[in-house]
Amino acid sequence: MTGIVKKIFSSILTILVVACLVFLAFAVIPGDPAVAKLGTQATPDKLAALRHQMGLDIPVMKRFLVWIAGVIKGDFGTSYSYSMPVTKLIADKLPVTVILTVYSFVIMTALSIFTAILAARRENSVMDRVIQIVTQMIMSIPPFFGGIVITLVFGLTLKLFMPGGYVSYGNNLPRFLGYMFWPALAIALPKSAMAFSLLYTGLVTERKKDYARTAFSRGNSTKDVFYKHLLRNACIPVVTFFGMALADMIAGSIVIEQVFGIPGLGRILLTSIQNRDYPVVEAIIVCIAILVTVSNLLVDILYRVIDPRTAISE
Amino acid sequence: MLLHVEDLNIEFHDHIIPETVVYDFDLDMEEGEIVGLVGESGSGKSMSALAIAGLLSRHDAKKRGSIVFEGIDILNCPRETLRGLQGDEISMIFQEPMTSLNPVKKIGWQVEEAMRIHRQATPEQRKARAIEVLTHVDLPDPERVYNSYPHQLSGGMRQRVMIAAAMINTPKLLIADEPTTALDVTVQAEIVKLLKRINKQHKTAILFISHDLSLIRQLCQRVLVMKGGYVVESGPVEEIFESPKEEYTRHLIESIPKVEL
Repeated sequence: MTGIVKKIFSSILTILVVACLVFLAFAVIPGDPAVAKLGTQATPDKLAALRHQMGLDIPVMKRFLVWIAGVIKGDFGTSYSYSMPVTKLIADKLPVTVILTVYSFVIMTALSIFTAILAARRENSVMDRVIQIVTQMIMSIPPFFGGIVITLVFGLTLKLFMPGGYVSYGNNLPRFLGYMFWPALAIALPKSAMAFSLLYTGLVTERKKDYARTAFSRGNSTKDVFYKHLLRNACIPVVTFFGMALADMIAGSIVIEQVFGIPGLGRILLTSIQNRDYPVVEAIIVCIAILVTVSNLLVDILYRVIDPRTAISE
Repeated sequence: MLLHVEDLNIEFHDHIIPETVVYDFDLDMEEGEIVGLVGESGSGKSMSALAIAGLLSRHDAKKRGSIVFEGIDILNCPRETLRGLQGDEISMIFQEPMTSLNPVKKIGWQVEEAMRIHRQATPEQRKARAIEVLTHVDLPDPERVYNSYPHQLSGGMRQRVMIAAAMINTPKLLIADEPTTALDVTVQAEIVKLLKRINKQHKTAILFISHDLSLIRQLCQRVLVMKGGYVVESGPVEEIFESPKEEYTRHLIESIPKVEL
């Protein structure tokens, strides 16, 4: 238990360090939000007035302390370009990205477990080889390209969904989930292929162990031996990969949102970077840092749940 | 007759050249009988035992001859029929108690498994039965063992757990493949005593495989001696001990360490 408490504490520390670095980085890099908003033709008087209004004339250290105090309270300041509180601006976009990430993760987990067991159950069979070749191909497809192919094949040709037909989760949840399946699939596919390889190797190794033979000797079917005995053991070394994949998928979501026209954090992040809308960018990066840290924390807990030997040695 | 094995030949095809590991193996076992199977490593005794338990993969090993258990042809029956026997009528325990249990599952779950597969029972009934068999194999504090993981138990305790799991449905045949080899001598004697008691109480026939003739002498009525895939000698234990016909059997008897005081 102390191990998890320690982990939670270090996670909070990580998020704070990320917040500091993000703020300081934007204080250092060139570019002026006031110029970005008024254009290069603006008079110095007007620029100075706007800088004063944005609070940019205050010294960096003081601005930083005010900002970090706000962050701890959950207040990320006011957006320069939208002139509204950042929290309000990203409040309905953050869930979209989170749902897309979780959705992708669920698809990846289910798909990789199902195919790995299917192939490992009949090692060296025709089906095993076909699955191996297909996964090798899928592994090398980046999500944005996969997204385009999915749009073309499942959207435009097979008409299983309408490209660009995004529906907000507040309006129609089933249709929202139906639409989100495709971008989630695009993100999940290459990761599933990698998870497949790792799981497959694990399952084939576990299959040869003594306890697998014991399981057969009790009258289990091959399917039950794989799902009830081998899977959990084969998952232990793969959990670390699942954690990395989850963190990676958050970043993947931001890209794929562009391909599928989904109003998540991705679009607002890109426009805000162009507009030098620092409060928004900082808030989004801190959010992503929180998501990554939380997912790592969950994986760590999952690892202890899956393998009783680690939980006891604590 | 409980078990009738005739002309069993086992051939492996997982290499380029097929390799025969068991030739013309014959064995008859009556209900409640304890038969020993002795021989050095690689003599084919474990392979014969695995074939009888239906655990040799149909893909890699080619088997000829017949294995008939209570009228069921183990080698040619449908998989469902075979699975119906495994863990219910035929149980098996193995040489390595350290690795024969699933490391991520609780003991209770593993002991109950064969009952979950073959019998209709509520979880409470299953647990009661599991505690009962754990008590039968002389495990102290069965309730605690029930809720433990394998790594929390010693080798001897794990082998007792394996026996408990094998006995949960009181099978007619228990195949014990070198169950004491990985254990130290005092634990060995206890396990042999336990197997003897199980045989008496439940009329469970035991096929006891070992390379240690002294253990066979303590436990078995009949013995088969194997070498290089062939059964070279068989008969009542005392007869073989007193007048071994084969040079090889004589060597095996001579290799038993004698305790001199």
